[in-house]
Amino acid sequence: MQEILNVNGDEAVAYAVKQSLVDVVSAYPITPQTIIVEKFSEFVADGLVHTEFVPVESEHSAMSACVGAAAAGARTFTATSSQGLALMVEIVYIASALRLPIVMAVANRALSAPINIHNDHSDAYLMRDAGWVQLFTENVQETYDTTIQAFKIAEDERVLLPVAVNLDGFFLSHTLENIRVLPDDAVTEFLGGYRKVAKLRVDYYDEQVPHMLNPARPLTFGSLDLYDYYFEHKVQQIEAMKNVPAVVREVNEKWFALTGRKYGDGVIDAYGVEDAEIVIVAMGSGAGTVRSVVKKYREKGEKLGLLRIRMFRPFPYEEVKGLLKDAKAVAVMDKGIGPGSFGALYQDVVSSLYDLGSHPLTVDYVYGLGGRDLTPELVAKMIEQVKEDVKTGQVKEKIRYLGVRG
Amino acid sequence: MVVKTLPEFPVKKGEPAYKIWIFEPGWKGEIPLNFNLRQVAEQKRSALLPGHRLCAGCAAPIVVKLASFAFRGPTIVVNATGCLEVATTVFPYTSWAVPWIHNAFENAASTAAGVESAIKALKKTGRLPYEHVDVVVFAGDGGTFDIGFQALSGMAERGHDVLYILYDNEAYMNTGIQRSGGTPKYAATTTSPAGEVIPGKPESKKPIADIMVAHRIPYVATATPAHWMDFMKKVRKGLEVNGPGFIHSLSSCDRGWRHDNAISIEVLRRAVDTCYFPLWEWTPETGYMLTDRSLVIARNPSLKQPIERFVEVQGRFRHLMKPENKEKLKELQEYVDKVWEDLLKRASNAPK
Repeated sequence: MQEILNVNGDEAVAYAVKQSLVDVVSAYPITPQTIIVEKFSEFVADGLVHTEFVPVESEHSAMSACVGAAAAGARTFTATSSQGLALMVEIVYIASALRLPIVMAVANRALSAPINIHNDHSDAYLMRDAGWVQLFTENVQETYDTTIQAFKIAEDERVLLPVAVNLDGFFLSHTLENIRVLPDDAVTEFLGGYRKVAKLRVDYYDEQVPHMLNPARPLTFGSLDLYDYYFEHKVQQIEAMKNVPAVVREVNEKWFALTGRKYGDGVIDAYGVEDAEIVIVAMGSGAGTVRSVVKKYREKGEKLGLLRIRMFRPFPYEEVKGLLKDAKAVAVMDKGIGPGSFGALYQDVVSSLYDLGSHPLTVDYVYGLGGRDLTPELVAKMIEQVKEDVKTGQVKEKIRYLGVRG
Repeated sequence: MVVKTLPEFPVKKGEPAYKIWIFEPGWKGEIPLNFNLRQVAEQKRSALLPGHRLCAGCAAPIVVKLASFAFRGPTIVVNATGCLEVATTVFPYTSWAVPWIHNAFENAASTAAGVESAIKALKKTGRLPYEHVDVVVFAGDGGTFDIGFQALSGMAERGHDVLYILYDNEAYMNTGIQRSGGTPKYAATTTSPAGEVIPGKPESKKPIADIMVAHRIPYVATATPAHWMDFMKKVRKGLEVNGPGFIHSLSSCDRGWRHDNAISIEVLRRAVDTCYFPLWEWTPETGYMLTDRSLVIARNPSLKQPIERFVEVQGRFRHLMKPENKEKLKELQEYVDKVWEDLLKRASNAPK
């Protein structure tokens, strides 16, 4: 029996964390993430959770405390945004390399300068090579669902990697929505109770020992790794990423059986792509707007599709290739760009298509920087432009801005 | 005592059997702090095993060994990046007989805060198989005075039950002797070289222990491994308080201080004898209290030696021994005197 809550995205995350038997939450406030931690500290103050809340003095320390806590065997959560993520990014890399299943909500926000508190994906792009699983959510319901799923994915023995749950700042973090939530015990059952620390084989001990700071079986975490071992350890980390898609799909299916909700196959969420001539690739809340416009076009009989990437890292190259190979044109929507290069999503989509014999036309639409609205009109404008490209058979400018003046 | 040794550590005949510390779950006892040197030596229960790769003459492993003799039971060690970290954990080897984690350079304190919070949460939910697990940080001066100061201050302010042991070798030794906030005035380092115009580091040492006292945490002390009994007592006191403890241990570095590696402990002794590095402890209840040799010197001021005694054996101060730098040496002496006089005023057990 699912209850209906009227909450914003941040509150949904806090509620999911409350239900997930998290041992340690460590965070530093930053807009638009703040409500997550505010709401959660209310749960702590009211004694509704057993969690140790560590209100640190910076995001760098927030992620550091999460690394310490997760290494000591705790289920660990943090949340941040923009500059906060930039400050913690050094430890973000360490968290994944130490194979610690930390979950972090990232309320996506533009990076300075100029300082801006509103949504785009430049902070998520900043950590794209950090070895974290990165999931993007489209609405508040999905944010709630994904936060709980994230713990299950991260702690799976095949994965043991940290997971970032991305929700668009303000568009999701501050927007009220009615969502269905599971009862506490159903979440507990879904996650299998408290965190179970994975065991691993260590040469020194003649047994499988828990992968944690354990006085009964001492282990050394974060040792010096020179040219003789660093590469091998990195390869192990990279190989672990290969197991992620299967686990994400499995968790998506399990969640479907429990709640009746699923998001595509968990990895990608395709709408009308099978027969589409023009496919729009997008991530996050913008995909909702695109879907509504694509729907109208399809009602008019035009062959359009939306491919929403839910799992940005590891990137589903094969699936994307399979779905886009027959399209005439692909418009990739990037809410962030590396100046002097393309948006990160565009680069990945193009990489997926490269070894096809014949490629669809591709174009990178940079939109929504610093919280600029994506209106249905802008989406329609983009679609008309791409239709024109298909007609002429070429794309003149590879990067186009959507909704920018002048 | 339920300290088991497990499994068989390959030991050649006639060699001491150093074995890893294993605290079985359910362990509730306490390792007594033995006050007899022979007993301490016979215990051979150092958290740091032999075979590490620190330089000959380095005081850091002595700091760790003495501290670990004072551990009272299951302990998790957090290490900041530095000589100690890189030289004791060259994969696939480790010198640590206790659970150990290194995160990064500047965040040992916040990592320890996370470890301590996890222990609390596990205990609260009945998942910690021990009555208590101590968390101890070892960090150098760079990771404490400078880049790690924010995390340390935050940890102290939030009151985490962590003992933070600073081994202060007065420069960034791991990267090759660059100045740090812990480098004393007029010491030559590779980024504060003694040149024609500037005679070494122009600024004085940051009074880190006093800054930690200002945080009003339950226990702050200074120590050196030369005064080993004093050191161990302080470590045990720092562990026993409920909340953050901070121990500032001077730790000689023969590479950076440019002294003979056979006299490391002698140099540290001279640091205390000249009152360059006075030994004291502070608690909110007692305030500043002189300990060990410094208390003796306070009672017998004639024992206080001139700063030359500390400076003359170290190459990093070589330029101060030149006649043209006489004034600089005098200045250093005045600075040391001022700090010492100031401490005597504050210390409640100093003769008035």
